[in-house]
Amino acid sequence: MLTCRTVSRCLTVCLATAGLVALLPTTVQAEPLGEVSIEFNRDIRPLLASHCLACHGRDAADRQSGARFDVRDAALAPADSGQRPIVPGDPDASELVRRIESRDPAVVMPPPDSGKSLSEEQQQMLRQWVREGAVFEEHWAFIPPVRISPPENQHAAWVRNPIDNFILAKLERAGLSPSPEADRATLFRRLSLDLTGLPPTPGEFDAFERDMSAVVASSADGATSIMEDGVYTDWVNRLLASPHFGERMAVDWLDAARFADTNGYQVDRDREAYAWRDWVIAAFNANMPFDQFTIEQLAGDLLPEATLQQRVATGFHRNHMLNEEGGIIPEEFLAEYCADRVETTATVWMGQTFLCARCHDHKYDPFTQRDFYSLYAFFHNVPEVGVGNYGATIRRNAPPMLQLPAPELEAKVASLERERAELQTLVAQFETAIADGLSDWEGRVRRDLVQWESIRPTLAQLNEQPLLLDAERASVLIPAFDAGETRLVVEAPWTAPRVTALRLEWTPATATEGTESITTSPEASFQLDELKAFALIEGSAAAQPLSLHAAETQHSLSTDETAKAVDGAPKSSVQISRPEGGSAILIIELDALPDVIQSPSLRLELSLKASERSIPWELQIQCSDAANDLLLPKDIHEILAIDTANRREEQIARVAGFRKSKHPELRRLTAQVAALAKQIEATGLEIPTALVMEEMSTPRPTYIFMRGSYDKPGEAVVADTPSALPAMPPQLPRNRLGLAQWLVDPSHPLTARVAVNRLWQSVFGVGLVRTAEDFGTQGEPPSHPELLDWLAAEFVESGWDVKGMLRLMVTSATYRQSSRWTPQLRMLDPENRLLARGPRFRLQAEFLRDQALAASGLLVPQIGGPSVRPYHPPGLYEQVVSGSSANIYVVGTGSDLYRRSLYTYWKRSVPNPAMLVFDAPFREMCAMRRSRTNTPLQALNLMNDPTYVEAARLLAWRMLRDGGQSPAEQMEYGFRLVLVRPPRASEREILSQAYDRNLAEFQGDPEGAAGLLGVGESPIAEADDLAVLAALTTVASTILNLDETVTKE
Amino acid sequence: MLESHSLQHIARRQFLGRSSLGIGTAALASLLGGAARGGGQPHFPARARRVIWLTQAGAPSQLELFDYKPHLKERFNEELPDSVRQGQRLTGMTAKQARLPVAPSAYDFRPCGESGIWLSELLPHTARIADRMCLIRSLYTEAINHDPAMTLLQTGHQIAGRPSLGAWLSYGLGTENENLPAYVVMISRPSGPTNAQPLHERMWGAGFLPSRHQGVRFSPGKDPVLFLSNPPGITAERRRAMIDDLVALNRLKEEDYQDPETQARIDQYELAYRMQSAVPELADVSNEPKSVFEHYGPESQKPGTFAANCLLARRLAERGVRFIQLYHRGWDQHTNLPSGIKSQCYDVDQPTAALVEELDQRGLLEDTLVVWGGEFGRTVYSQGTLTATDYGRDHHPRCFAMWMAGAGVRPGTVIGESDDYSYSVVRDPVHIHDLNATVLHLLGIDHTRLTFRHQGRDYRLTDVHGELVTAALA
Repeated sequence: MLTCRTVSRCLTVCLATAGLVALLPTTVQAEPLGEVSIEFNRDIRPLLASHCLACHGRDAADRQSGARFDVRDAALAPADSGQRPIVPGDPDASELVRRIESRDPAVVMPPPDSGKSLSEEQQQMLRQWVREGAVFEEHWAFIPPVRISPPENQHAAWVRNPIDNFILAKLERAGLSPSPEADRATLFRRLSLDLTGLPPTPGEFDAFERDMSAVVASSADGATSIMEDGVYTDWVNRLLASPHFGERMAVDWLDAARFADTNGYQVDRDREAYAWRDWVIAAFNANMPFDQFTIEQLAGDLLPEATLQQRVATGFHRNHMLNEEGGIIPEEFLAEYCADRVETTATVWMGQTFLCARCHDHKYDPFTQRDFYSLYAFFHNVPEVGVGNYGATIRRNAPPMLQLPAPELEAKVASLERERAELQTLVAQFETAIADGLSDWEGRVRRDLVQWESIRPTLAQLNEQPLLLDAERASVLIPAFDAGETRLVVEAPWTAPRVTALRLEWTPATATEGTESITTSPEASFQLDELKAFALIEGSAAAQPLSLHAAETQHSLSTDETAKAVDGAPKSSVQISRPEGGSAILIIELDALPDVIQSPSLRLELSLKASERSIPWELQIQCSDAANDLLLPKDIHEILAIDTANRREEQIARVAGFRKSKHPELRRLTAQVAALAKQIEATGLEIPTALVMEEMSTPRPTYIFMRGSYDKPGEAVVADTPSALPAMPPQLPRNRLGLAQWLVDPSHPLTARVAVNRLWQSVFGVGLVRTAEDFGTQGEPPSHPELLDWLAAEFVESGWDVKGMLRLMVTSATYRQSSRWTPQLRMLDPENRLLARGPRFRLQAEFLRDQALAASGLLVPQIGGPSVRPYHPPGLYEQVVSGSSANIYVVGTGSDLYRRSLYTYWKRSVPNPAMLVFDAPFREMCAMRRSRTNTPLQALNLMNDPTYVEAARLLAWRMLRDGGQSPAEQMEYGFRLVLVRPPRASEREILSQAYDRNLAEFQGDPEGAAGLLGVGESPIAEADDLAVLAALTTVASTILNLDETVTKE
Repeated sequence: MLESHSLQHIARRQFLGRSSLGIGTAALASLLGGAARGGGQPHFPARARRVIWLTQAGAPSQLELFDYKPHLKERFNEELPDSVRQGQRLTGMTAKQARLPVAPSAYDFRPCGESGIWLSELLPHTARIADRMCLIRSLYTEAINHDPAMTLLQTGHQIAGRPSLGAWLSYGLGTENENLPAYVVMISRPSGPTNAQPLHERMWGAGFLPSRHQGVRFSPGKDPVLFLSNPPGITAERRRAMIDDLVALNRLKEEDYQDPETQARIDQYELAYRMQSAVPELADVSNEPKSVFEHYGPESQKPGTFAANCLLARRLAERGVRFIQLYHRGWDQHTNLPSGIKSQCYDVDQPTAALVEELDQRGLLEDTLVVWGGEFGRTVYSQGTLTATDYGRDHHPRCFAMWMAGAGVRPGTVIGESDDYSYSVVRDPVHIHDLNATVLHLLGIDHTRLTFRHQGRDYRLTDVHGELVTAALA
């Protein structure tokens, strides 16, 4: 049992052998603070890792000279040369020491061409370590956390909870004292921003201040601290109970989960992912224990009787990018998605960098390539195809997905379906009637011949130019026209009182005077994009548009082809080319004109398009008054020639289908049914879905991919956990559920540590392990290892209580310190790793904007729902996206502009620029930590983005309306809305001068004032004096740009 | 100054252990939050001080532009021999095509300049700078689709998340003009009706480097840089006065809290104010003489075109911007290649040549490296219809061409050779990593030593690869 530090320290035994049993952290006495001697994990491991292990480590493929220093036994054994790298207690006999101390370039290690070298101090440290016995320790993070009693402190009075014992002990050792407590306004703002991501209102602060002051006034000295703790904790609990708590926590988790609203590759289309985000917010708000939070997201679908929400939770591992590019190879990207899940799981829960092991054994940490693919096997059984569904409608998620409840839409679909069923009954009745009339119709076909009569055009224009009319042939002569779009208009008197069909015949023209000779080029063709017909009305300039249907006769183009010219969509077009028979014929049916309309003539408008200069054409137009079911395509003629009894089944069906297509009432009904079907589909697509994980009944086989290449499978592996970590107990299922349960087993050395470290980071700005994503040997060791372990143990024992853990952190005296620097701290601990002062960091991108919205009163505090599109600079998408009109950012309206920033639409290829400027990650891969930069682009954003100009304007209006009578009072109010505290005298003076100057400026520039007050969609407030409001807006903008404003202080 | 000295001290402490970069000062400056003053120190004397990368997005066909294969005319419509293809994977677009018929180039080539480099008739202007270029006809990559291939070209890795070359340079060398970003990106769309592949911000992203190293997009119009313009009613004077107020208030804060970040923030607002005049001055080409526009061609007076961006690239180079990246979209000719590539060449040929010539005339070519090329090449076989004048080409990673010119590049040279079908490289292969290593070398950087520690590993642009293309060096 590895429960004791002194035992575990000198072990190189793999933890896996100990299994998962009974490794609950146990309290042992802290070691006395003694002399600093060599500590393997602190002093030696990093040296070996960064200077030696790349060539003398775990990866056998790259190991040089048979020398290996990552495990003690191997380091003590002779290398290929026969020399022993390390002889414990005898540095002079140790080849390692000889090599690192050598001045001979041929001998010295690391070799000069590696670009690495050991300093004299480092060399001496290694020598001392060998002299002291070359003790190896298991890497700290793989030893289960041990809960030691919090240390005793000299200044115990400062301590509010055990966190402080650990922090203070280290401060005292370093000769530092903690900072005084932050003033209440600063502290309360810090607390509010940390727990909700929003600033407190002045009213909330006043209540906090009142409660805190009451305790101090009413209690005797000894009790003050306890009572005050109680009041303070009540306020912490109030903030933890805010629905905005879940939103604040979700922001960090969304980074870790690489959450976005688009698929990320190439055209980067939308996905529908918000249900998972809502789940995260709700889980934090409900204080879901972290073990359950883990299990549901990794394997909610595998829980017995999984609920809808548990399945939605599994969207965590569908948040990865998805490639929809036309030419991709599915297996290649399936491998990417699974690898992403492995790396993300390892990073988020274990703080381990598994990506190295995708191609080879990890160089620094004890993970093999086999470990990587054994984990991969857990995530490899999802019924997914490895590509997005490129052909599918844009709102469609890639399977597997889950339809979410949407009662209204479901009801709408049901009602549309009922409507469709009714119509279909009618359709069936008509169809029976039509079938019964077959012999009558055949009689008509034999009896009534279709007559076509030429009409003589009275007007013809090509691109507004009149054309020659051939009276003899009753045709229009169209001269050669240029490439591009051409418009042809023809008018002609009707030939009969009731015309039912038109016949357009196109023939390559013979050369006539003034036209070019006929080309015989087979390419000589053009497109008829669209044909429109109108009935001109007697004595009126208006024309009645006629409803047209494609039809077909023996020698004409097919109905389907002709339809492209009369479908109202210029995009589909009929190709008119020089046909073999000499001419191209289009047959078009007309719906009859209502009797009331008196029309002397017909007008045709044709849109033509040629890709190169055309040949001349002749167009003849004829009319007929035949019934539309007598216009017979060639195949119908042929069928009718066969004796009724001898017709085959499909021939009978073809005739029936033809007749149905000609029945006006049935035609109308069929169109209605088709329209309903479209509506049903569209409404169905509106029903929101969520991307989820599912498990295939037969697992896919998993192989080790050689060098990580998806097309070079090697040995087969089965799902298993990494061998260097505690083994998976046999009773756990070998699937994602088992994996999740293994991760949250109390004895897992990493999960709780990584989780509490991340919570610490979200409050203190930097984790106890600064490299929150890397608890491996290359990561930074913890600044306070005992504290980290104590917190991890506490977290597990508390039942993985997230709110409880945060409460512990923010109620500590450590947290409550002022964040002022002192010259001493600046020199001794510039990074504040010892925490002799409180945290002071620039706010995260989302909270900067949220703060401005909240302070100005613009914030729409609605929790959850689909992503929204707030203000966005125009033109950003247009330069880079595919296509011209699709994929363009359309700014939302109304409340969409003022929702919290975590709801902002996140397009991976063009993430919101203001978020990027303030260091939000791209969300392409898991991110546990953001950089925190300070750039001119940030300054430009805060000064000029309409978001902040509008917020300043509205803040100014609040100041004017609620702040009091004098400008000084108003500015103080605005200051407090943002920073909680009132301005100091020196600040007041600057603000007041700024106000006076701006007032004078804007009084002389009403246009400028109106311009400034016109920024943003929110309606301009009624104000007596625009100059006053503009001046206050400028002051408000100054306040929103203050260093203190953008900082959690 | 005591102030900045102690800042540097702090920054250095933060910096140590994070990176093994020998360069240092720029990376330090990045932590200071300010622009590097005077830039970082390279590993060894640099030949190039800045780069203009003319990225041809969508993958231009080497067969029509740079890799002359006259004998293919005789093999029109013949099947691509298996001995050439060697079972190499194809994209999902042509993998199921029944035949892979050879499509010779519809365009002729001619020897250009004294060096006699064979270039396409589609590039009459580029022909003028043949003697200044080093043409690499033996590039190859692994990626076979646009997104991964462009990501690899830019970041040295197919999967998103790593820093782009420009970001590495900003991190390693900083900027020479503190009023402008170190890394500027300009994008143009094709003038012709051709398939324009989308681009992603990640292609000029900072990956895991501090996000300040991200490329800054310059756009045509009112705000070349996002949020550059003051809102209506805020004149430059009013902005100046507001910043003065802000500085005064932040000074009070700094006196009280003594946090160096506050000073850094003051600096950033001053810098932002200077950018507000420096960027419009840069973007304002109204004082350029007519002859300049004539040189760059008729499109150069239309903002947002590749030609206009080339002119801006010269102005950025003059002002010391470290990495200037142009993207011209529209090279993805799966079909109608002959007409599509012609209109692409119309867009880029003349301005490209003018840029190189102008840099030369102004003495800037000596220390400016110009690179021209896309993410991969195109197949010798036709995708879809094949006629003498019409065909398309699919993606081809195994062999393609790019050229470099300027600082430290051996002029008038050709590197590498492909087989008879421009299918595989037969001599002097150059991987994207090799190209990147060479670009870094010209900038005075040893590509194996420009590293950043992330997730426990020292990352570099060239990953664990990259060989100098010494033949390309003057």
